Amino acid sequence: MAEIQERSMKWRYIRQSLFFGVLRLSMLLIALALGGILFYIIINGIGAVSWEFITQPPTDSMTKGGIMPAILGTLYLTCGAIAVGLPLGIISAIYLTEYARQGRLVRIIRIGVNCLAGVPSVVFGLFGLGFFVVFLGFGSSILAGSLTLGFLILPTIIGAAEEALKAVPQTFREASLALGVSKWQTTLRIVLPTAVPGIMTGSILGIGRAAGETAPIMFTAAAFFTAKLPGSIFDEVMALPYHIYVLATAGTNIEQTRPLQYGTVLVLVALVLGIDLLAIVIRSRMRKQKRW
Amino acid sequence: MNRHTKEKFIKYILFLIALVSVIVLGLIVFSLFREGLPIFKKIGLADFLLGLEWYPTSEPPLFGILPLIVGSLIVTLISTIIAVPLGVLSAIYIAEIAPAVLKEIFKSIIELLAGLPSVVLGFFGMIVVAPWLQETFDLPTGLNIINASAILAIMAIPTISSISEDALYAVPREFKEASYALGATKFETIIRVILPSALSGVSTAVILGMSRAIGETMVVLMVAGGAAAIPESLFDSVRPMTASIAAEMGEAPYRSAHYSALFATGIVLFFLALVFNMIADYVSNKYKQVGSATL
Repeated sequence: MAEIQERSMKWRYIRQSLFFGVLRLSMLLIALALGGILFYIIINGIGAVSWEFITQPPTDSMTKGGIMPAILGTLYLTCGAIAVGLPLGIISAIYLTEYARQGRLVRIIRIGVNCLAGVPSVVFGLFGLGFFVVFLGFGSSILAGSLTLGFLILPTIIGAAEEALKAVPQTFREASLALGVSKWQTTLRIVLPTAVPGIMTGSILGIGRAAGETAPIMFTAAAFFTAKLPGSIFDEVMALPYHIYVLATAGTNIEQTRPLQYGTVLVLVALVLGIDLLAIVIRSRMRKQKRW
Repeated sequence: MNRHTKEKFIKYILFLIALVSVIVLGLIVFSLFREGLPIFKKIGLADFLLGLEWYPTSEPPLFGILPLIVGSLIVTLISTIIAVPLGVLSAIYIAEIAPAVLKEIFKSIIELLAGLPSVVLGFFGMIVVAPWLQETFDLPTGLNIINASAILAIMAIPTISSISEDALYAVPREFKEASYALGATKFETIIRVILPSALSGVSTAVILGMSRAIGETMVVLMVAGGAAAIPESLFDSVRPMTASIAAEMGEAPYRSAHYSALFATGIVLFFLALVFNMIADYVSNKYKQVGSATL
């Protein structure tokens, strides 16, 4: 009897070790996937990236030269997306966490945010084309692209800001209200400043996403090639993600421009993951320094 | 203006701004229908959804999007089959057995993976995975369902993993302790107690991962091969809806039937994604584990 029990006990622990092995293996596979992709991109791209590559425009119908206009275009579009998404997102979150009472209207707003988060990026592109480019007559432009990207990242920013606002201790609000400060002043002077680091780190992840998206800007802002840099927000721009797509699939000489493609991929990955890494580092610092 | 009215005024302003998400959602529907509905003057809804031939530029053009819908569904399904075990198992690893130091590192890895731009993953699939598949299995092309699904799985894993992880953390501590107290091993506790309690969160994670895969554009555009036909094997090329829209919108003349048909495809995609999100929302609300008293 005791022997049987011992054997079954042993078996239970063998099963456990096997299971833990599988868990470790899956995590390892995921880490290897990321590592492998990054390693491949860096190894192949590093040779193409130089000061000239980053600061010069393309030449010889995009088979030589640099990618400066695309970098600039991506920066414009990303800043535009921040200008649209950040204020709207933060104010929405303030309303939802600080002001709204549970009710039908709040439920509708929440459903709206959730649905918006699930809209495929290419559908955002169609929306940008149908509404900003055609209906409002902005044409394919920085303005249309920024608005499209801004609304795309809106749910991410609302989510991040809500979480950060909820993390502010209730006692902070109560102390301020007890001093006779109005609700709006409390929100603006006490709650928001406390939540700003949290809002920022969460939003940065959304901003990284805006910088790397291709489908939403294909029909709303991105140009195959522009001879001049954009002069106003009504001009088209080149953008890094779209540039990669164009070079890799529709270029006149795909094989010949391979180094340019690797270089552009490396620059985009460095930009986007750099932004994400920044957020991750700031957040882990913040967690350690938390005072309440 | 006295203080009370001022506060009320501010509240209304905030409310109006918070409505922006709902308004944008409305505008998305408005724009899709405004540009997409004209196609139904030329072709019936059934012929559009169930038509087997997508030849938008032939004479006369044929706008049957069933092959595109099938393409979208098949890559989503296969990528889910690949991504769910990896995503859920990695979440269990991070939430339950990883040492504290590794936990932070692996969470960052998942987050960085989520941050990789889709065009970069598509590029990787084209340049690395496709030639390898083609040579190894002696195929006419490496741009096919398997390739697209594998790359899509990489995109869906972070979504599935991070949401599942949150669900696992949310399982009340008492459950675990009670299970250990009964003499269960850690493995038995995870499989019999923690995972079943987190099931609604994990299901939500899987559905949101699928919704991410079905809406993904650049990967399938670059890697799925682009053949608008019902596939017969996993090594066939397909043309998912998103790829069709992205590839053809640039060439479709403004307000032509083709242009409309692409917007109408967008409507189908929009509602498909909406259904996925509704189900996720429903599952996470309905079967939510609230405290330890409800089991």
